[in-house]
Amino acid sequence: MFKKLITGALSAAIALGASFTVVHAEDELFIPMLSYRTGPFGGNGTPFANGFHDYLAMLNARDGGVGGAKIVMEECETAYNAQKGVECYEATKGKGALVYNPLSTGITLQLIPKSPVDKIPVLQMGYGLSAAAMGETFPWTFAYPTSYWSQMSSILKYIDSNGGLKGKKIGFIYLDVGYGREPIPLLEKVAPEMGFELAMFPVAGKEMQAQSAQWLNVRKERPDWMIMWGWGAMNATAVKEAAKTRFPLDRFIGNWWSAAHADLVPVGEAGKGYIGANFSGIGTDFPALQDVMKYVVDAGNSQADPSTVGHVLYNRGLYNAVLVSEAIRAAQKITGKTVITGEDMRLGLENFVLDQARLAEIGLPGFTGDVKGDCKDHEGAGGVFLQQWNGSDWEKITDPIPPMTDVVQPLLAAAAEAYKADKPEWKGQVCK
Amino acid sequence: MFYREAGQFKTSYAEYLQALPLREDKVGIAIWLLLAVFYVPFFGLPGLEYTFAMNAIMIPVLIFTITALGLNILVGYTGQISLGTGAFMGVGAYACYKLTTYFPDVNIILIILASGFVSAAVGALFGLPSLRIKGFYLVVATLAAQFFLEWCFIRVEWLYNYNPSGAIEVPQREVFGIVVTGAAASPATRYLVVLGILIFLTIIAGNLVRGRIGRSWMMIRDMDIAAELIGVRPLRAKLSAFAVSSYYCGVSGALMVFLWLGAAEVESFDVNHSFLYLFMVIFGGLGSITGSYMGAAFIWTFPILLKELGKRVFDIDSIIMENVSLVAIGMLIVFILIKEPHGLARLWQLGKQKLRIWPFAH
Repeated sequence: MFKKLITGALSAAIALGASFTVVHAEDELFIPMLSYRTGPFGGNGTPFANGFHDYLAMLNARDGGVGGAKIVMEECETAYNAQKGVECYEATKGKGALVYNPLSTGITLQLIPKSPVDKIPVLQMGYGLSAAAMGETFPWTFAYPTSYWSQMSSILKYIDSNGGLKGKKIGFIYLDVGYGREPIPLLEKVAPEMGFELAMFPVAGKEMQAQSAQWLNVRKERPDWMIMWGWGAMNATAVKEAAKTRFPLDRFIGNWWSAAHADLVPVGEAGKGYIGANFSGIGTDFPALQDVMKYVVDAGNSQADPSTVGHVLYNRGLYNAVLVSEAIRAAQKITGKTVITGEDMRLGLENFVLDQARLAEIGLPGFTGDVKGDCKDHEGAGGVFLQQWNGSDWEKITDPIPPMTDVVQPLLAAAAEAYKADKPEWKGQVCK
Repeated sequence: MFYREAGQFKTSYAEYLQALPLREDKVGIAIWLLLAVFYVPFFGLPGLEYTFAMNAIMIPVLIFTITALGLNILVGYTGQISLGTGAFMGVGAYACYKLTTYFPDVNIILIILASGFVSAAVGALFGLPSLRIKGFYLVVATLAAQFFLEWCFIRVEWLYNYNPSGAIEVPQREVFGIVVTGAAASPATRYLVVLGILIFLTIIAGNLVRGRIGRSWMMIRDMDIAAELIGVRPLRAKLSAFAVSSYYCGVSGALMVFLWLGAAEVESFDVNHSFLYLFMVIFGGLGSITGSYMGAAFIWTFPILLKELGKRVFDIDSIIMENVSLVAIGMLIVFILIKEPHGLARLWQLGKQKLRIWPFAH
């Protein structure tokens, strides 16, 4: 027993030591993928990771990468766990990582202070710290295409234009972690200004799939509208419970992480009418997605089930990869280099232009709203639209709803100030 | 041949009572210490990239060793089982955060050591039920502590200074002009600080458990009624065990957030982590200081090394390796508990025995 253990440990150590060679060839762009296909949120993390991977793999197969340099991806499993996320960060940052897409607010919060030190930007697309939209305070963090607070303001605008907000009661059901609590300051700020009443229904991570208590309270409080900030198994459960308590589903709006195929397919017909926010196109009727099918999925280089290509989260992962590749292109153009560094990538993220013309050029016409990199504004113009579940698929029901910039901006500025208040060493940047 | 006490004579009581009576042990510890102080901070671990070795392996392992030491005092030496370790670490972390935001100019190392006392007070408070209940019932009581404290970390906004994301973010702090916390702190600095605190706490723990207090803990563990009859006061023994254990957990929690993670939400202190720490203690060896070191190192590094092995040697996806490591660690725990219920520390003991007579069988 003892001898075997020793031999086993020794041989493992030798195997590990012998294989220590991680050298990247010339002309490669290294993109770490902090994804999660396991754990409580694996069901949602998987399609996102597939979309992200497949788009970049398509660029490699079709164009030979970006600007002549192949993209090398390394997937690291975080299981949505902040400690594992940091481990993945440490394991990949030394290999010339260009940008991190943590896909978890918890991991993002830990990477934000590290990014200026390691000079690798963080792109928190549709999650993370809302205040990171202030480019002058957070030079290394990017929140394209829009932040949670802008999204919430778009949703409120939609409610306002569908029967008004004044005198109404808005229920807010959220996953009780950093992510779910993120929009509360905005809600509390605008509720008195816009004249609506607020009712909060937190759902602890452990109770994601047992929300009867919360929905009992919803029944008691009788809100006119419900807004949800959920993720993973919480979403389907909430829609099912809402249907069970006979809450009108066309007055129940989920944010962009609460309105995917992965969430509503298990609910099916019962979820008909449920509304969700989104900022990335639905379906495969885009030339770029056809290319992804042709070069990657049909070629057997994808982990995705072909029937899930074009689903909400798949396309969002793909959109994240589009932002990354466009920023790389911009960085290559500015610096004139083929192989760029994290610092160049930061410049790229502040200078890329993804307007409708460019979207059409890369094969995604009308896929999403315009996004323009900017030094001051790390958030972009939004492009949040609403979609409705028809029992088997999502249908776009509104055009992009611009956020209430006048309300959100001062809040973002205050939050950014608060972030650096107790960090005297924090370094911002000055924009022209 | 090795580890033979033959020829090492003790000529005074002081020599007889020293912590490491064997010359080989002294040499061994000295070698480990030399490696830890003069090799690791400069070169990391062989075969691994430097910052990865420091930030993902060495620093967390040392921090979790402090946790394991603390939990071992409670579970291994006093026999009071606890599932609230994660939350007690959280108390230390939040206390440290509050203290350093109130007193930004005070030396952060002192604040980390002081925040342990807050955790000790909370631990002693939740240890009160142990005077009346034992075994499974005590597990439930400590589990209640875990959930109550987790609730506090979410609901009491004062604890995280009303931060909208509900997380505590570590400010940069300097000690004698060297940046110790925050992202700008070098891995070597953070490692050496953690190592220093660990060594200090190990010496204290080692001497506590072989002294009067430690003996009273062990008496309570072995048979509480008998202990009471010989004059050990259970109130004092049990509560001191809870307090000392929670002190260690609190310090390690503060270290975890301030010198390793850099920011933390309640998720870093949840019940899954409490289980993980319990595994470390059981796996390493109950009632053993060495075991705490081994358990923490093994439970933390095994999945990481397995993942690296899968990636480099067999070129397996990290997702598959993640699942493999979950299965493997579960099976290993069951296997080791059946084959060697006293954990890695016992294996080490057996190894020493073998070395003693090696290479001659008798």
